[in-house]
Amino acid sequence: MIQIEELRKTYRVRGREVTAVDGVDLTVREGEIFGVLGRSGAGKSTLLRCVNLLERPDSGRVVVDGEDLLALGGAGLRRARQRIGMIHQHFGLLGSRTVAGNVAFPLEVMGVPRAERAERVAELLDLVGLAGHADAHPAQISGGQKQRVGIARALAGRPKVLLSDEATSALDPDTTASILQLLRDLNRRLGLTVLLITHEMEVVKRICDSAAVMRDGRFTESGRVTELLARPGSELARGLFPLPPAEPRPGTTLLEVTFAGDSTDQPFVSALARKYSLDVNILGGAIETIGGERVGRLRLELPGGPEANAAQIAFLRDSGLTVVLTAPATDQEDAR
Amino acid sequence: MNWDEVTPLLWPATRETLYMTGVATLFTAVLGLLLGVLLVVTERGGLLSAPPVNRVLSFAVNVGRSLPFLILMVAIIPFTKVVVGTSIGNAAAIVPLTVGAIPFYARLVEIALREVDTGVIAAAEAMGATRREIVGKVMLREARPGLVSGLTVTVIALIGYTAMAGTVGGGGLGNLAIVYGYQRFEGKVMLATVVLLVLMVLIIQAAGDLVARRLTHR
Repeated sequence: MIQIEELRKTYRVRGREVTAVDGVDLTVREGEIFGVLGRSGAGKSTLLRCVNLLERPDSGRVVVDGEDLLALGGAGLRRARQRIGMIHQHFGLLGSRTVAGNVAFPLEVMGVPRAERAERVAELLDLVGLAGHADAHPAQISGGQKQRVGIARALAGRPKVLLSDEATSALDPDTTASILQLLRDLNRRLGLTVLLITHEMEVVKRICDSAAVMRDGRFTESGRVTELLARPGSELARGLFPLPPAEPRPGTTLLEVTFAGDSTDQPFVSALARKYSLDVNILGGAIETIGGERVGRLRLELPGGPEANAAQIAFLRDSGLTVVLTAPATDQEDAR
Repeated sequence: MNWDEVTPLLWPATRETLYMTGVATLFTAVLGLLLGVLLVVTERGGLLSAPPVNRVLSFAVNVGRSLPFLILMVAIIPFTKVVVGTSIGNAAAIVPLTVGAIPFYARLVEIALREVDTGVIAAAEAMGATRREIVGKVMLREARPGLVSGLTVTVIALIGYTAMAGTVGGGGLGNLAIVYGYQRFEGKVMLATVVLLVLMVLIIQAAGDLVARRLTHR
């Protein structure tokens, strides 16, 4: 639905070149929620603004719903933008218009007749749960309600794609949860494809099907969330399931076991203990349900050194788990 | 002079002041708004980014703003003659009043437009709005309270400028105060004109504040 190839964007700041996006490839499949996670300054906002050409990339390709946006002229681009919804961190609402007036704005831009507009606005406000607030002004409603107005407005043109620019970053945790829930619902009910950028791990955890981690203008990892979690050394996995740092005691083996996907429901710890008559110690763990799948990481301690546990490690890997051996040094090493 | 002799002088003078101020305000509102919008949209990275045009406009505004009104009025007499056919009288005073007030209001318009949240403008752009729609439906509309407050300040400045209309043979309360109050030492005329001018300013300020408040939704 969204296809970005070799995207580059450089700014000149006081005579110096600053590369905001440095050769990013990105594919967002129809109907999925794709999250780009990164710290501020990683280039994710520029990347998002390149998708509807609020920023024009220096090079690369941007294809949304089969349309090559960089090939479009002014009027064509405006029409394409009308079919791409966008929501913003600070909502971007018109303070001089009522809630209904704000939702009607894109319809005016699209040239929808007045009578039809009123009907569609009512429908949209209902969709986001703001039916009773049509005549309020943005200053009179809460942050979460403002973002709901933003979402209703973004959906006015029945877009297939929604871009979300840190939509929950200005909201408190409870409100964030309800807005994310709304996005998830809309994604399911309308088949809406969502590309969002965020610096909050929580957002990726709650609603993203796929994700990418962005740093210094590039993706350091990218893929389906459940796949990323199972990938050894994944930053996303470490961020989502932080385990306390640990070092193996002499004569023991420390394992970091990540389970996701097919390996989810097996009682592998007790299976391991039974099969090899081991005393397995669980030193830490984090388990969540992501996208309906149970995923998580455990830190296990097995008696005996790594050599003595080769068969046990192989057993775990054969069960579809990702196993990383924690080396005696502080940094973690892939045992593979 | 006693009060019975003073009052017949006041009414025509008040009417002249209102006439000059009113017509000049009308032209200033339209042309100042246009110039203010141009100042904002032509700047680098603006909706109609044109830095050379922006520099020229900004320079013209600065020149207009730096000339004392009395000098401006005399300096543009040839222009006034072309526009209204004469260089003396109330109509002739309106031309320099307008020319003097346009750059003043244009700067206030510029300030008001810059107050508009850039996020709202970006949002409108992302919705596929045209530049015309962004200027009309977003920038000008969002800035309405500031535009009204700015116009209020401009109208009051214009009332001040009309006091100098007598220099080119115009009338008005200012002229009355100079001719009777100052040159003929008629204290009552001076007092009456001052009271009227203060009242006028108070009423305009109150009306402007009321409209601006009505347009603000906080």
